[in-house]
Amino acid sequence: MTDKKNQVSRRQFLNYTLTGVGGFMGAALVAPMVGFAVDPLLKGEKDTDFVYVMDENEITNEPQRKTFKVDQVDGWYESQVDRTAWVFRDENGEILALSPVCTHLGCTVDWNSREEFSNEFFCPCHDGRYDKNGVNIADTPPTEPLHAYEYKVEDGKLYLGKAKSRKEA
Amino acid sequence: MLHKLYDWIDERLDITPIWRDIADHEVPEHVNPAHHFSAFVYCFGGLTFFVTVIQILSGMFLTMYYVPDIVNAWESVKYLQTQVAHGQIVRGMHHWGASVVIVMIFLHTLRVFFQGAYKKPRELNWVVGVLLFFVMLGLGFTGYLLPWDNKAFFATQVGLEIAESVPYIGGDLKTLLAGDPEIVGAKTLARFFAIHVFFLPAALFALMGAHFIMIRRQGISGPL
Ligand code: HEM
Ligand code: FES
Repeated sequence: MTDKKNQVSRRQFLNYTLTGVGGFMGAALVAPMVGFAVDPLLKGEKDTDFVYVMDENEITNEPQRKTFKVDQVDGWYESQVDRTAWVFRDENGEILALSPVCTHLGCTVDWNSREEFSNEFFCPCHDGRYDKNGVNIADTPPTEPLHAYEYKVEDGKLYLGKAKSRKEA
Repeated sequence: MLHKLYDWIDERLDITPIWRDIADHEVPEHVNPAHHFSAFVYCFGGLTFFVTVIQILSGMFLTMYYVPDIVNAWESVKYLQTQVAHGQIVRGMHHWGASVVIVMIFLHTLRVFFQGAYKKPRELNWVVGVLLFFVMLGLGFTGYLLPWDNKAFFATQVGLEIAESVPYIGGDLKTLLAGDPEIVGAKTLARFFAIHVFFLPAALFALMGAHFIMIRRQGISGPL
């Protein structure tokens, strides 16, 4: 054992090489499948096209519910899906297009739907509330403001892109 | 006739000891409801297993008609339930069994907890039991999406939002489960199907094996 040169015994040598080769074969076997399974993470997010929603001069200070269609590619399944936005101008005259998806657990919020919460967005699932700008009201379940669609205005027409979180904004 | 067949096999393979190891052991008096009726609480583990067997069998048969495709899934479930002989019963077994199995596993856990049966030397079997419970919840969650009706779709939507709320890894976790960062769709259904009928059952078998081997090794815990 305590040889001057710390020699590797035949048994140790076989142990190391067999474990190494075995480990390599195991890894080579499993690696493709892991990649296969996590492919959705590798693909990352897609850009969305901007879609015409309404004319700029129709936008009011009161939120209007607008639906529009976007092309969606879901793996091998391509379809057109409906999107909804609450579009209005805020106090500063800025255009705001809010997503109706509750930031608590994803139910659909409605504008001004409850007498007791007038001029608010209200979520019926767990009584989540947001003020007119879509900012969540303290002590109700939602944890962040309603997401806002990216938008652009060209030739007096409003186009909407992707709904993005405004947490850091 | 059967006896002869058994003897013929046993003579060659000596299967009696294996058989004895698995099944031939005494039921202690304190776990036998015939002696003390209150011992029925010991049945919940076995009932959990029984319902699990029903789930596995009915699930295997459901896959003969079910297709995990967003265009056809709902129609295939409707067809197997309304047009196939005994379809209503087979789907009903799987549908109700999914809830009953959770109730049974819960009652079994209560018994183990209140009797302190998880204490040394059985700590590891408690850990395996908790993992079994999570696998069962996973089966319930992934199975619920498969009929692809509105209830299934929105329940999954909410379930994925819950996954997304996990700190730091939530977003990736959701993408990994749903198969897409935004869409709950074709890829989600295919994934949930694979997880429901292959991945989780495999984990279930491995854990149940460990659970039962440990029980045979350690025996049932003594009377209170
Ligand atoms: C303990 C184990 C299991 C649990 C708790 C479970 C749970 C569920 C649930 C809750 C559903 C939805 C049923 C409905 O809404 O009517 C479902 C559907 C389904 N499960 Fe399972 N499952 C289990 C095991 C299995 C296994 C082992 C297979 C196949 C090998 C399987 C195949 C299916 C299929 C094909 C469906 C879709 C048909 C339908 O919705 O009726 N399940 N499962
Ligand atoms: S989902 Fe909107 S309040 Fe819970």
